[in-house]
Amino acid sequence: MGDAVEKVVAGDIRAVARLIRDIDDGVPYVRETLKALYPYTGKGYVVGITGAPGVGKSTLVDQMITHLRKRDKTVGVLAVDPTSPFSGGAILGDRVRMQRHSLDEGVFIRSLATRGHFGGLTQSTRSAITVLDAMGKDYILVETVGVGQDEVDVVRNAQTTVVVVIPGMGDDIQAIKAGILEVADIFVINKANREGADKTYNELRQMIEMGRAQREEAHWIPPILKTEALFDKGTEELLEEIERHRKHLEETPGPRDQEKKRARVESELADMIKSRLIEEGLSRIREKGDFDRAVEAVLQGKEDPYSVCDELVIKILAGTR
Amino acid sequence: MQRERRLRVMVAKPGLDGHDRGARIIARAFRDGGFEVIYTGLHQTPEEIVEAAIQEDVDMIGLSSLAGAHMYLFPRVVDLLKEKGADDIVVCGGGIIPEEDIPRLKEAGIKEIFTPGSPLTEIVQWVRENVKARSE
Repeated sequence: MGDAVEKVVAGDIRAVARLIRDIDDGVPYVRETLKALYPYTGKGYVVGITGAPGVGKSTLVDQMITHLRKRDKTVGVLAVDPTSPFSGGAILGDRVRMQRHSLDEGVFIRSLATRGHFGGLTQSTRSAITVLDAMGKDYILVETVGVGQDEVDVVRNAQTTVVVVIPGMGDDIQAIKAGILEVADIFVINKANREGADKTYNELRQMIEMGRAQREEAHWIPPILKTEALFDKGTEELLEEIERHRKHLEETPGPRDQEKKRARVESELADMIKSRLIEEGLSRIREKGDFDRAVEAVLQGKEDPYSVCDELVIKILAGTR
Repeated sequence: MQRERRLRVMVAKPGLDGHDRGARIIARAFRDGGFEVIYTGLHQTPEEIVEAAIQEDVDMIGLSSLAGAHMYLFPRVVDLLKEKGADDIVVCGGGIIPEEDIPRLKEAGIKEIFTPGSPLTEIVQWVRENVKARSE
């Protein structure tokens, strides 16, 4: 175990790859490893990139890697794609667009599937960020499809969150408004050469204005950038804005930023506790055969699921004292 | 509580041929079989494939080639894996591969070769039976 920690901190690719795999598969030893790695974290800067499928997130990330490498920064990428709820399988294809970096030792790219476990995505992505941070990556880019609660949680872990849209989304922006728009620190209108870019720009600006009116003091007003990732237009500007936001967080942390930081730690801890409780609780119930007995009782119509649930939960809680 | 190990497989197209329909269909079949599939896209060098496979910690690499360079490309992937100490990753191949090449490819360390017409269910089944999720 201590060996794994040393290797990860030294940047050993295979050790890192294996550890992320074990985190994803929930192998018990990883908890201790993560504990030991935690003191080595905090230096990497985490940027979340989110948005609907097809807006060009992977291409944008690919360009960001190139420009960060030109600045001599090392980069870790976590590309998250959904697991099929039917087969449990997943096609992880984001790597295709970043493949030109695969021989660059300063870049580590890892595809992750959402898997659909309770807290699965958030928990294992967070742990994977810890690993990449501990291995010494200067920037950790987390790319995820911007739908659903899990994905929003992932970007909440980022210090800077970039929300990518494309022109002509119209109602789509309305649809995602409630979810990911308020987590955005920077908006990117990608494929800006397409018709409707100005309209999208104006819609976004209006929405930001509305958001500002609701807040007492806006310390950071999310800028809106236009990019054409495929032609590498706007990447430098995006990195500049990320730097500006980073500086802003470091130098002028307003009450809202402090709040955000606190909220991040709170949600992180709450998530961890939740998934640990569920794992522990369920495994205890299963161990003693209580779970199977309860299933049988419900199947045979002797009990209702609400009552057996209450009984089991009370029993576990009593047992923890 | 340990969850079930999930098989991770890579589908890669080495070399210069530009047809990836077969590879995509295989990727899809693997997904439907419950595997996590990492697709690397077209025109990959063996070096790129091996590096990606290590970063992704896959259990198997499925190479697809239709352009006739398999006698060079496939063994090259196996050799590079060996060099990197990652030869516990199973390598299989598929595509337009003449019958007479198959024994030599297997000798070179390619575990299995699937030619056009191999039923998808059979390939998925083969992977289930012959590839184990890697653990230390």
